[in-house]
Amino acid sequence: MRYLARRSAHAVLLLLAISVFSFALLQWAPGSFFDSMRLDPRISSQTVSGMRAEYGIDRPFVVRYARWLSSMLKGEMGFSFAYGTSVGPLLCVRARNTLLLTSSATLLAWLLAIPIGIWGAASKGTWGDRACGMTMSALLTIPDLLLALILLLLAVRTGWFPVGGMVSAGVGGVDFWSRVADVARHLILPALGLALATLPILVRHIRSAMIDALESPFIGAARGHGIPRARLLFRYALPAASNPLISLFGFSIATMLSASVIIEVVLSWPGLGPLMVQAILARDVYVVIGVVMLSSVFLVAGNLVSDVLLFMSDPRIRVE
Amino acid sequence: MKRRYKLWATFAVLAGFHAAILFAGFLAPYSFSAQDRDAPYAPPSRIHFFDSHGTFHARPFVYGMKDDPENYGTYRVDFQQIYPLRFFVTGAPYKIAGLLASRTHCFGTAPGHVFLMGTDGYGRDQFSRLLYGGQISLAAGWIAAAFSILFGAIIGGLAGFYGGWLDDILMRGGELFLALPWLYFLFAVRAALPLQVAQWQVFLLLVVVIGLIGWARPARLIRGIVMSAKERNFVTAARAFGASDAYLLRRHVLPQAYGVMLTQMTLLVPQYILAEVTLTFLGLGVGEPMPSWGSLLASLQQYYVLASYWWMFLPTVLLIPVFLTYYAAADALQERVKSVAL
Repeated sequence: MRYLARRSAHAVLLLLAISVFSFALLQWAPGSFFDSMRLDPRISSQTVSGMRAEYGIDRPFVVRYARWLSSMLKGEMGFSFAYGTSVGPLLCVRARNTLLLTSSATLLAWLLAIPIGIWGAASKGTWGDRACGMTMSALLTIPDLLLALILLLLAVRTGWFPVGGMVSAGVGGVDFWSRVADVARHLILPALGLALATLPILVRHIRSAMIDALESPFIGAARGHGIPRARLLFRYALPAASNPLISLFGFSIATMLSASVIIEVVLSWPGLGPLMVQAILARDVYVVIGVVMLSSVFLVAGNLVSDVLLFMSDPRIRVE
Repeated sequence: MKRRYKLWATFAVLAGFHAAILFAGFLAPYSFSAQDRDAPYAPPSRIHFFDSHGTFHARPFVYGMKDDPENYGTYRVDFQQIYPLRFFVTGAPYKIAGLLASRTHCFGTAPGHVFLMGTDGYGRDQFSRLLYGGQISLAAGWIAAAFSILFGAIIGGLAGFYGGWLDDILMRGGELFLALPWLYFLFAVRAALPLQVAQWQVFLLLVVVIGLIGWARPARLIRGIVMSAKERNFVTAARAFGASDAYLLRRHVLPQAYGVMLTQMTLLVPQYILAEVTLTFLGLGVGEPMPSWGSLLASLQQYYVLASYWWMFLPTVLLIPVFLTYYAAADALQERVKSVAL
C-alpha cells in the first residue's frame, strides 16, 4: 500500500513537471492564434487586443499557468481558440477513440506476440525460429509510416475495408449491435497496423525472456521429473519469464502512443493524433498542451499499472 | 573473426549509402527542383538493350513517351523514339557538399528523359529527389543524434562523476524526458516554432529539438559507465598525480564510454531520420521545393496517387535496406563493445 502511494505521488509530480515544462514552452513560443487576424485589414487592432485580453493571453506567465491548472482540475483543460469551446469535451471524444484503438491494438499485439515468442524460445535454433526472427527484424525496419500507407493501399485497392473514419455514414439510426460491428470494421486496419508496429519488439523480448527462463536449472529439474512439455512451458517457464514482460508492457504503451499518431493521421482514425496536427497548424495552444498532457497521463498511468503488477507478481520487490 | 567481418561489412555498406547521398549532384541526372511539365506522374523508364525489332544495342537506351489518347493522364511507350543513355553527360550545374561545383552527371540522355523511379505530380524525377532528399534526412538524423550524444555525455558524465545531489537532479530530469510521449512532445515543440520561417532555420530548429528531446537514454547509459570508470585504478592514480576533474573526465573517464556512445549513435540515427520523415510527411518539417524523404511520401496522402502510381512508394521501400544496415551495424558494435569490455 505504501509502495502504491509512493509510486502514485511520484507519478503526479512527474505530470506536474511535464505540465509546467510544456506550458512554458508553448507560452513563450513566437506567434499566436490571433496573429493572422492582425494581418486582416477588416479587423481593427483594438478588437484583436480585446480578444487577447478576453482570453487572458496578455497576463503574466504565473497567472496564466495558475488559471490553466485550475481549469485543468475542473476538467475544462483551457479554451480552444479554433473550436470556440473548452478543450476538455473536445479531447474527451478523441481520447476515447485513441484509447479504443490503442487498447485493441495492445490486446492484438500481445495475443500474437506471446504464442510467437514462446514458440520461438521452445524451438530455438531451428529453421522456423530463424525465419520468424528474420520476419520480425524486417517488420522492425519497416517504418510505421510505410506500414500505414500499405494498409491504406490495401483498403483503397480491395475495398474489403472502409477507407478511414470510424463510423459509416447513415449508421446512426440502426440498433446498437450493428453500430458496434460497424466501428469494429473500421477498427480492423488501424489496430492491425499499430499491432504490427509494436509486434517485433514484443516478440524479441518475450523470446529472450523465455529462453532465459528455460535455461535456468529449475526447468532442467522439472524436465527430469518428466513433466510434459506444454505444462513445462506454460506453467513453469512463463510465470518465471513474466517479470521483464510486465515492465515491457509499460514501455510498449509509449511506443503505441507514438506510433498511433501517424497511423491515425494516415488511416484517418479520429483520435488525438489528427487533432494535434490540426491544432499545431492553427496554433491552438491549449489543445496542443491538452493532447500532450493526456498522452503523458496515459503513459504514466500505463507505467504505474505495470509497476503495481510487478509489485504484486514479484515478492522480491515487496521485500525491498 | 566473423563478428569483425560483420561490423566492417555493415560499415562499408553504410559508407556506400552515404557516399551516394553526398554525391547526389553527380549521380542524379536532374536537379531536385527541375520540372518536366509534360510528364507529371510518368512511370519509371525501362532501360533496354534490345529494341522492338529485336536488334541488340551495345549502348542501353530508353524509349520516349507519348500521352495515351484513351486514358487521360497516363502514358504509352513511343517505340519510334529511342534515346541512348550517355554517361558523364553535361547537364544542370550542381555543387557537391556546397563546395565542389560541376556540371558533369553520371548518366543521362541528351534529348528525352530518363526517370529511373518515375516522376511526381510536377514532373520531377523521383530518383534525383530521393538522392537529394537523403541529404536532408541523413543530415537531420546525424546532427540530431550528435546533439543527443553530446548532451547525454555532458549530463551523464557530470552526474556519474560527481554523484550526490547533482546526480539526483540530473537523473530526475532525465526521467521526466523518458516519461514524455516523445512524438507528441516533438509535435508540441514544433508547435512552439513559428510556421513561416526560412527553410534552413526550420531544419536546424527541428534537428536541435529532436536531438535535445532524446538525451535522457544515452545520459543514463553513460552515467552508469562513468560511475564504474571513475573507480578504476588508473583514474585514482591520475587523480593522485594532481589531475583536475575536467582533465580526468576528458582523458580518462569519458573515453571508456566511447564504445557505448558510438553504439547509441548508430541506434539513434535511423530513429531520428524517421522522426524527421514523419514530421515532414505531416507538413510540419522542411517544406517544398527542398526534398526530404518525408516530402517524397507526402503526396501519398491523396488516395488517387496512392492507388494509381505505385512508383511513388519506391523511395520508402529503398529506405528499408538503409535502416536494416544501421540496425545491423548497431548490433555488431554492441557485440564488439561488450567483448572489449569483458
